[in-house]
Amino acid sequence: MAKVQIDQERCKGCALCVMACPEDVLKVGESLNLSGYYYAVVIDPDGCIGCAQCAEMCPDLAITVWR
Amino acid sequence: MTALKKVFLKGNEAIALAAINAGCHYYFGYPITPQNEIPEYMAKHLPEVGGEFLQAESEIASINMMLGAAATGVRVMTSSSGPGISLMQEGFSYIAGNELPGVVVNMSRQGPGLGGINATQGDYFQAVKGGGHGDYHLIVLAPHTGQELYDLTIKAFELSEKYRCLTMLLGDAVLGQIKEPINPWKPEITAGDPDRDWLITGAKGRQPRLIKSLFLADGEMEKHNWRLQEKYRQMTANDVMVETRFIEDARLVLVAFGSMARIAKTAIDQAREEGMKVGLIRPITLYPFPAASFKNLSESVSRVLTCEMNTGQMVEDVRLSIDSNIPVDFYGRPGGSVPTPEEIFDRLQQAYAEVEQ
Amino acid sequence: MKQVVKRPASLTEKPFHFCPGCHHGIVHRLVAEALDFFNLREKTIGVASVGCSVFLYDYFAVDVIEAPHGRASAVATGTKRVLKDQIVFTYQGDGDLAAIGTAEIIHAANRGENITVIFVNNSIYGMTGGQMAPTTMLGQRSTTTPYGRDYHRDGYPIKMTEMLAALEGPSLVARVAVDKPANVKKARKIIRQAFQMQVEDKGFSFVEVLSACPTNWGMTPQEATKRVSDEMIPYFPLGVLKQKDVVDVL
Repeated sequence: MAKVQIDQERCKGCALCVMACPEDVLKVGESLNLSGYYYAVVIDPDGCIGCAQCAEMCPDLAITVWR
Repeated sequence: MTALKKVFLKGNEAIALAAINAGCHYYFGYPITPQNEIPEYMAKHLPEVGGEFLQAESEIASINMMLGAAATGVRVMTSSSGPGISLMQEGFSYIAGNELPGVVVNMSRQGPGLGGINATQGDYFQAVKGGGHGDYHLIVLAPHTGQELYDLTIKAFELSEKYRCLTMLLGDAVLGQIKEPINPWKPEITAGDPDRDWLITGAKGRQPRLIKSLFLADGEMEKHNWRLQEKYRQMTANDVMVETRFIEDARLVLVAFGSMARIAKTAIDQAREEGMKVGLIRPITLYPFPAASFKNLSESVSRVLTCEMNTGQMVEDVRLSIDSNIPVDFYGRPGGSVPTPEEIFDRLQQAYAEVEQ
Repeated sequence: MKQVVKRPASLTEKPFHFCPGCHHGIVHRLVAEALDFFNLREKTIGVASVGCSVFLYDYFAVDVIEAPHGRASAVATGTKRVLKDQIVFTYQGDGDLAAIGTAEIIHAANRGENITVIFVNNSIYGMTGGQMAPTTMLGQRSTTTPYGRDYHRDGYPIKMTEMLAALEGPSLVARVAVDKPANVKKARKIIRQAFQMQVEDKGFSFVEVLSACPTNWGMTPQEATKRVSDEMIPYFPLGVLKQKDVVDVL
């Protein structure tokens, strides 16, 4: 079991998490946050294996992973 | 204050000894003639008091090491001469913005450029008008004897801590090399208050602290600048130092600082022997400048002669400070030429002749 | 379930001002994790430099001294010579360390100062708008190499890690990258080792971190990160180039 959560206001939509995820769980969304960024969203929550590679790459500490 | 055994020391050594006795146990510097006795003395004697001497790779590194040490609150010093002091200007500006205490010694040599190694007073503007970027000042002290080199070094640490302002001891090649009897002494206080609220010591059990000079928010930098100016205003009100001699009935007043003042004193003594009513104003703090000494000069004064070993620097401040129509003459020898007392006497006599008319 | 990857205690809550995809955020986190690992926050002094790194003091919950451009290693030397028991680190970019600060870094390394230097190399000047850096690669365009860096005019990109590793003084000299999770993990380990050197009084530690600057490279964050992998790592090889286990004490 694993879970990934993205802090939409801290996210800058850089998509390094999308690049790092081996399971295609994340993608850059279509909504803007208050800073004007298209923040990343979890598109396949059940697919998350908790590897936390997304959180390793996130420059903004916007991702929390539970394993 | 504790009196210590009398010694016979070079000016440079007197400065270093005074610093150590004032509790300065950290020195970062780079060799440059004519002040090398200062780092050499520090290298030899700082280990004896458990202090730290480091010869840096340049004057730029020296002033920045000093910045890093000063932020911790310890008494720290560096020294150099013209070309090295020029390199340090960036550091001075940062230290001023950071409001860190510290003492820098400039044993001036001829300039501009590589210049030479003899005495000059050509760094006056650089010392008192800035030199580094921004609206700031150093406190600048100008000794003229070996004993004063010692005394003012200790005073420099005290003033720099009182005002969180870098203090410069402005000497020259001659003062650095003369050997005179010194009566050394130890002040009661040999360290800054360890509880100052800005000391960088590691944020144990308290909020982290920050030493910086970057203020980007709207209006922040202006506010910081006015704070600095308030400090300069206070030191002008409270800590000006000046020596006057034979001023009460003088008709001609000589103005000189540092080595030139030594020479001027001899010339003035001779003038007095010959019945000329000549006096001396010797600024000791070049910043804050003793402007008040030039206001309300006694009625008898009708001429001022400023003598400097440069092409005319302090004379501008003299002219700015005088609040009457008294003419201010200038006599200068730049580029390392040190005038004789006879030369000054001749020039003084010339000026006095104008007075008699 | 347990939380994996937490905000280190040595970082403040303040959101980073860095551009999207800038690797500074990753490096800040790794340094803070190292401080946390050895429980150093309350005894650490950071020396901030000039560049995009200038706001270090907003992000690290430690005492910080701001240094003039290029001088952080000298300022850190002064601080560490006084506060020998505290941990002092600098965090400098390629302009600060490899251009204006070359004398200061070489001599701090040469003296074996017991400090830790984190060198973020993104082969460009970020803060000032994308000018050439000493580490800008041949052919790379910047605002001052609009036709691409040409070694005839501007020489070759400088390899600081190799230069410093050649000196006797330093104890740990390494180059890492944060372009992929696997490299981030390696970088974490080496940055931790760098601080461990200081904790154990083992001398000067230096870690160069190859990083992306999407904004000034004119690339997306993903493209920029890939450029680190494909172009920078081959020229600036990763690895520990020098590691002393025992320090000579005179």
